Amino acid sequence: MRTSVQELIAKSKDKKSKKIIEKLIPILLFLIASVSVLTTIGIVLTLIIETFTFFTRVPLTDFILGTTWLPFANSGAQFGIWPLIIGTLKITGIAIIVAVPIGISAAIYLSEYASDNVRRIVKPVLEVLAGVPTIVYGFFALTFVTPVLQSFFPEIKIFNAISPGIVVGIMIIPMIASLSEDAMSSVPKSIRDGALAMGSTKFEVAWKITVPAALSGIIASVVLGLSRAIGETMIVSLAAGSTPKFDGDFTGSIQTMTAYIVQVSKGDAGYGTTIYYSIYAVGFTLFLFTMAMNILAGYMSKRFREEY
Amino acid sequence: MNTATIKTKIDTARPVTAEQADKESVYSTRQLNLWYGNNHALKNIDLEIGENEVTAIIGPSGCGKSTYLKTLNRMVELVPSVKTSGEIQYRGRNIFESSYGVEELRTRVGMVFQKPNPFPKSIYDNIAYGPRIHGIKNKKILDEIVEKSLRGAAIWDEVKDRLNENAYGISGGQQQRICIARTLAIEPDVILMDEPTSALDPISTLKIEELVQELKEQYSIIIVTHNMQQAARISDKTAFFLNGEVIEYDRTDTIFSNPADKRTEDYISGRFG
Repeated sequence: MRTSVQELIAKSKDKKSKKIIEKLIPILLFLIASVSVLTTIGIVLTLIIETFTFFTRVPLTDFILGTTWLPFANSGAQFGIWPLIIGTLKITGIAIIVAVPIGISAAIYLSEYASDNVRRIVKPVLEVLAGVPTIVYGFFALTFVTPVLQSFFPEIKIFNAISPGIVVGIMIIPMIASLSEDAMSSVPKSIRDGALAMGSTKFEVAWKITVPAALSGIIASVVLGLSRAIGETMIVSLAAGSTPKFDGDFTGSIQTMTAYIVQVSKGDAGYGTTIYYSIYAVGFTLFLFTMAMNILAGYMSKRFREEY
Repeated sequence: MNTATIKTKIDTARPVTAEQADKESVYSTRQLNLWYGNNHALKNIDLEIGENEVTAIIGPSGCGKSTYLKTLNRMVELVPSVKTSGEIQYRGRNIFESSYGVEELRTRVGMVFQKPNPFPKSIYDNIAYGPRIHGIKNKKILDEIVEKSLRGAAIWDEVKDRLNENAYGISGGQQQRICIARTLAIEPDVILMDEPTSALDPISTLKIEELVQELKEQYSIIIVTHNMQQAARISDKTAFFLNGEVIEYDRTDTIFSNPADKRTEDYISGRFG
């Protein structure tokens, strides 16, 4: 007689190797998961320790209140962070002005108007655009956008804030468009039908129903775009110049926090110099900015959430 | 419930007088055919729908009753590859005329859906949505409309203290009445209801049925229902659909007590469907 299936199951259950694997798997997965957490902790710790060293040499108040950034001066170097923050804000501001209207309009078009065929082609193209290396965008800013801008506004210099700002904006459009489109497509069809049945036009449905319903997702996409713009390095290093300035001028060379870090890292500031430590302080400031963005994103998306 | 008890209920509930019988028609459907791709979903429909009446459309699943209802406000056109022929006159004008804007039609003909679908906004904004998109901005007028519509949908007392709360925070039955109130807010002429109680519990269902009775004083109501008792309880006329055709259309008491067609009788006595 054949052994019953239940007996076969009982037999294979008794196998030792299976039991060991079941016990080992969670441990193994825990170790792997720990790697990412520990790396993050390590990075933050390094950042904090080196930043602390920097502040033993330069007073904290000079750093956060100072409006002159002159690290390379032979005597009387000044480390006031504001010119670098202003530079970053100029780029980010222009980028957001470019990216938000275009990105959200594209998302509205894709989710509310485009046929399935159009969406099938456009969405992958957007995602490819999001994968273009930023160095390519940097070249694009320096060798194409800046000359074009100069032909309209001759006062614009070869290194300026406008051109890299626009290009950083172009870089984050796909992200804003794609994430906002996801948020808008997930608004249930029944809600749109309800609005259409009241005599709404397509645009009224999009603008008064879908966009508000998807607002938390849209805001999250904009804040993510903002974080990327703040942290963007390659485009600004290539096209924005390296002149830390505390003013409202967009046409001339500026310097962002990220570009300063690049400038020092590729230069010959020796280990242990104040300039060397200063990049950690700047990096830490950058880190605080991004963290603030994330907290803001969480708050905003809770505040504007429309439950459905 | 058997047909006999339904019948007595109807007889005691509502004597139909002669002048009610020849009311003006709101909708006249003539030789309407509709295809989803190659699927012939509605076949040669002829139907007159009276003013200030409740017209029930009954029939088994897939018989075309919801399709017909959605054709009346042209929501059916949202389905790709829909083709129609024939005509539907609404107040004397063919709704398929190219000059007839769907927005205009839907402003006159409101719709309540199977599942409650309030907008993810506050209760107040849900009701004010219709008036707002049609250009009413005055806060005082809007306040009045919101109160009147919520009273009209018999839900004012339940929500008057929470008008600024999200409409998804209330029960399904209340949500459905919010959707009815939302429809009333633009004072339509006709209200289409697509199985409005199928997702609701019996008590909420009862409330909506009572509401329909009140609303027919001012509105013409066309209601698709799976529930034959419901059709018997609330409608003046009933149309029985089967496989895309109208098998029988008559006064509700006639349909339920003395159907002319064998198939109608079989369906309402529960032999199929």
